Amino acid sequence: MSSDPITTYKDPRASWFGRLPVVSHFNKSVGLQRGMLVTGLLLTAIFLLTAIFAPLIAPYGFSQISDADGGFPAQQAPGGKHLWGTTVGGYDVFSRVVWGAQTAIMVIVVAVVMSIFIGVILGLVSGYIGGWLDRILVVIADAVYAFPSLLVAIVMAIVISGGRSSLWGGIVAAAISITVVFIPQYFRVIRAETIRLKAEPFVESAKVVGASNVRIMSRHIFKNATRTLPLIFTLNASEAILTLAGLGFLGFGIEPTSAAEWGFDLNKALADTTSGIWWTGVFPGLAIVLTVLGLTLVGESINDLNDPRLRGRKKAAAGKADRIPPRARRQRSNQK
Amino acid sequence: MTTLIEAPPTDADGLLPSKKKRTGGGLGQYILIRFLLIFPTILILVTMVFFLMRITGDPITAALGGRLPPEQLAERITAAGYDRPILVQYFEYLGQLITGNFGTTLSDNRQVTEMLVTYGSATLELTINALIVALLVGIPLGMVAAHRRDKAPDAVLRIFAILCYATPVFFSGLLFKLTFSVWLGWLPVAGRARTSSELQLTSLQAPTGIYWLDAIRSGNTAALSDVLAHAVLPALALGLLTAGIFLRLVRTNVIGTLGKDYVEAGRSRGVSEFRLVTKHAYKPALIPIITVMGLQIAVLLGGAVLTETTFEWKGLGFQLATYLTARDFVAVQGIVVLLAVIVAVTNFIVDIVAALIDPRVRY
Repeated sequence: MSSDPITTYKDPRASWFGRLPVVSHFNKSVGLQRGMLVTGLLLTAIFLLTAIFAPLIAPYGFSQISDADGGFPAQQAPGGKHLWGTTVGGYDVFSRVVWGAQTAIMVIVVAVVMSIFIGVILGLVSGYIGGWLDRILVVIADAVYAFPSLLVAIVMAIVISGGRSSLWGGIVAAAISITVVFIPQYFRVIRAETIRLKAEPFVESAKVVGASNVRIMSRHIFKNATRTLPLIFTLNASEAILTLAGLGFLGFGIEPTSAAEWGFDLNKALADTTSGIWWTGVFPGLAIVLTVLGLTLVGESINDLNDPRLRGRKKAAAGKADRIPPRARRQRSNQK
Repeated sequence: MTTLIEAPPTDADGLLPSKKKRTGGGLGQYILIRFLLIFPTILILVTMVFFLMRITGDPITAALGGRLPPEQLAERITAAGYDRPILVQYFEYLGQLITGNFGTTLSDNRQVTEMLVTYGSATLELTINALIVALLVGIPLGMVAAHRRDKAPDAVLRIFAILCYATPVFFSGLLFKLTFSVWLGWLPVAGRARTSSELQLTSLQAPTGIYWLDAIRSGNTAALSDVLAHAVLPALALGLLTAGIFLRLVRTNVIGTLGKDYVEAGRSRGVSEFRLVTKHAYKPALIPIITVMGLQIAVLLGGAVLTETTFEWKGLGFQLATYLTARDFVAVQGIVVLLAVIVAVTNFIVDIVAALIDPRVRY
């Protein structure tokens, strides 16, 4: 410890674990920023666990309106057999909120994976090839990007399913609607990175060596252009939840008998408010807020930690940080 | 948008000799190019919406299919011209749009243009109210957060900003309704005004359709207070959604400018901290706010659809939801196209304002 400071500093490159996106960010964070990151990770973990173990957690099915003792009462206040009460249709609110997490995560995964896939390919091709193809794609992407995302999603929902659908039909429809909204974002980021990287010496030398365009795009540029993706992923995941809920709220979601969806439940809860029934709306609403909050906190923290100007100043952890020599510290902040 | 403006068409003349000329004609040229760019944007959106909506089939089958016998359905499709080649229909639709004819709705047989005018003013009112709330909440709080950076107020305000973004408008609207209308009974639950004041305001000569403006113009204080009471909750729900974004933007930019030398110089001259934040650091931070405000119009319009449904605010968004349920895709298409035009025009105005304020934007 007291010897040469350089030997006590452990290069995070040494372990793969320390280089994982979130773990390396956690190590970099201090004080308030660490608090925000941890809160976000906690909320996200709760969301994920709820989604995965929904069948074990939920006492009833999402479309169950009776059990061995007979039918569920309608609009029963929270307590007793129904932890968070029941809706006007006799659904158990707690069960529907839990099952809703599963629906949400399926939509997010399908939507984000699809939009990354399409957006990245389009961005790579557009940025690398350039010319008129690039121009046209940029104009289209900008037009879609400028438009209210919910309206794009509504139009897509009409196209795909005419608005009404089963579980998988509904999930795919919602996911594709969200995908169309997100493609321009990935497209822009990847295209800008590709244009920057295209001029780099290592691309030039790959060309000289005789690598094909496809190989340069997939090996040399793609790997370097994707470092911002974890950030967009978390931010988009939260936006995907909001869009899904918005679609559901307008009646474009998934039928209540085929899956539980938070936005749809909130729409139904709207009529209950005038009679003072709060539990049908407050719980699904809180589920949306907490999930989005968790994902956004993680995304925000990663964003701030990637940007040295926004990163919390290290003085709070002076004792720890001082042990790291300036050169190694610079190295550490350079790798993302 | 800016990526499109990189190469003005006059570049061929040679770059060096025209250096002086370009500084003179820069702004005019920029405005012209930017103005001409509105049209491809609108055209792309109209084209996309048109073809996407037609993939599902013709609007008449969508709206009335199953409710009419097939022969009658086919008759009406022929009468409306939906059996012709789609390209013919597309160009006919474009021609109609240019003359301002959006067609007739299927579910209640109204002129779409007339429907857009009637309900557009309500949406405009809601959007303006929400923007006022967003600016009033977002800018001062953002300055506070920047001033108290990394202290407790900053932490609280940043969480508040993320919460604003994380809460869907229909949920905050529902909470507001529960708290202020149902439990406390302070404010009305839904609608734009009481029927009586609505009648008074719509019977005015040449009404603007923006109720509080009409009430002020006619000096009707009873109607004004009624309209304002109805406006508070929807404006809050929608305004808070964007207030969080303004807050963060002001915070980041003011932090950026607070570190500049001229601020330090002001501080050494004895300018008060308050004045430093509100005058010296704040004004240069305004430019990105104006740019983002343009993008926020799109967010506000999208949010207006949800807010209007939550509060039964009879505007474009409320109508959109109603027509969506009725599967009246002619009306839906009309509303979507109108919103596309609004968004394109707003972005144009915002870019021009930004160019007027900051010469660097003009290239």
